[in-house]
Amino acid sequence: MVASLRRFRWWRLAVLIILGIYFFGPLVAAFLFTVHNTRLHTWSFAPYGQMFGAAGFGASLRMTLWISLLTIGIVMLLMVPTMLAIHLRLPKARGIVETICMVPLVISPVALVAGVSTVLGWGLNNQGSWIFRLDAQLQSQSLPLILPLIDVVLVMPFVFRALDAGLRAVDIKTLVEASRNLGASWLLTTWRVVVPNLRTALLSGSILTLALVFGEYTVSSILGFTPFAVWIVQDGQGSGQLPIAVSLLSLLLSWVVLFFVAFAGSRRFRVSPASPTPVSSAVRSI
Amino acid sequence: MTALAPPHDVETTPPVTVAAPAPSRRTGSRSSWLALAPFVVYTTLCLGLPTWALIYESLRRTDPATQQTSFTWANLTTAWHGFYLTALWGSVKLSLITALISVIVGLIAGYAIVTSRGTVGKQLVLALSGVLANFGGIPLAFCFIATIGTAGEAVNLVHKVAPDFALDTFTGVVAVYPYFLVPLMVLVIVPTLEGLRPQWREAARNLGASTWQFWRYVGLPVLAPALLGGFVLTFGGAFAAYATAKALTGGTVPLITLRIASVISGNVLAGQENVGAAMSINMIIICGIVMAIYLPLQKRSARWLQA
Repeated sequence: MVASLRRFRWWRLAVLIILGIYFFGPLVAAFLFTVHNTRLHTWSFAPYGQMFGAAGFGASLRMTLWISLLTIGIVMLLMVPTMLAIHLRLPKARGIVETICMVPLVISPVALVAGVSTVLGWGLNNQGSWIFRLDAQLQSQSLPLILPLIDVVLVMPFVFRALDAGLRAVDIKTLVEASRNLGASWLLTTWRVVVPNLRTALLSGSILTLALVFGEYTVSSILGFTPFAVWIVQDGQGSGQLPIAVSLLSLLLSWVVLFFVAFAGSRRFRVSPASPTPVSSAVRSI
Repeated sequence: MTALAPPHDVETTPPVTVAAPAPSRRTGSRSSWLALAPFVVYTTLCLGLPTWALIYESLRRTDPATQQTSFTWANLTTAWHGFYLTALWGSVKLSLITALISVIVGLIAGYAIVTSRGTVGKQLVLALSGVLANFGGIPLAFCFIATIGTAGEAVNLVHKVAPDFALDTFTGVVAVYPYFLVPLMVLVIVPTLEGLRPQWREAARNLGASTWQFWRYVGLPVLAPALLGGFVLTFGGAFAAYATAKALTGGTVPLITLRIASVISGNVLAGQENVGAAMSINMIIICGIVMAIYLPLQKRSARWLQA
């Protein structure tokens, strides 16, 4: 028994070591790559400093920040009333809303952007009309409004699940009824009762959105815009260390954030990290 | 019956009070349907319209000479032939291989996690899997380029084992995809492995079953829906991936996502947009089949977890 147990442990140790090398090796190697000059055998953290001075860094970062803010704003304004409605009044509509929210998992971003670019192409056909002006506005190079509009669709599955878990965790029906009986309007109830109780859900939904927008490459690059994720690649073709340094930093930053969400989420809502939220999202930004 | 009758007569007023809120509830439900209106309008415009555009464009063809447009099945049949079929087949092959690798490795890793004793470590690994499964894309591709790309830190090590290995080929992509697919598989399989009760094993042993027999007749049948579901899900993830493959290969490996992207970005002849739309429809059909297989399987394996 003891012998079999020991053998068992060795087996597990071997698995963990191999997986550890595969999963952490590239990160360590990438870090070494950024700080080590193989020709001169010198070590320096210069690439991490150069990043801030590189051409286009500020503009692309600003664009990404704006897109994230807009995406979070739109998706929350859209989803909070919708989720509230299906939880309080319209349980019948739940199936429909959930199905619609999960559609982006079936339509891959590449296919969705193919459709979007077709629609944008139609708009440019009739010159001078309001559709043409709207279309041009949506594709403005400094702040392409089309990107937050599409990103909202892409994050819908995750925001749906985050809010759904949040609404299940508190007895939202009683709280809302109490507030309404005391004479509060729907707007006041939402703002003073619902939003504070959904704080964690709203936060984790927003952080997931932020992480997705920061890493979103497919839609932006195909439509020809240069937010942060696209800028890394564009700038990366020539010089060696800088793009690796930037992507390493952005990767670690988003991992820290997601790790926090995974832990906060599992504690607050008793959703195990194995809940469908992280699972289905792999279809996304990759 | 007669004894019950008086209370009924007495309570003639409550139905009135019940009847009073009823209309307000009805108007309330009308206004709650109204609360769904922004959602419906938004998804129609940003999700429905692009999808419809794809279907419409994939069925249309503009004659380059006369500028006349007509409806045709030609785009859809073109998208199933030659150059386009190669890309579709490349994507399917890549997804099948990486999904198979990820299912096997994910199962072994999941088993190692479930049978380990520490709860904190288990939680940590699961949270880490949730993170790793999520956001690969460009940064991940760049980390691999820095590691085993042509000038990578560890490329010499890899060349000792596989002299012909290059990251910007099909094999290179196969080496990278499990990075986000294995954690995905771990997330799928761990709840099911945890549902595999030790009592079942004890019961099987008491009835004289060997380890192999236990796995053959109890373990695997219980795990089968989750394994198949994980396979389908990782297949879908690999199939839809674009950024990683693009950054690794620059578009040289024939994959359907890369092909669609180059068509939309206008790197090809005019008139190809319709074929691009048709390829996208193909992709949606395959992803739809994947989801249609996955969802019932998930329900089935969920049954074991509740028990």
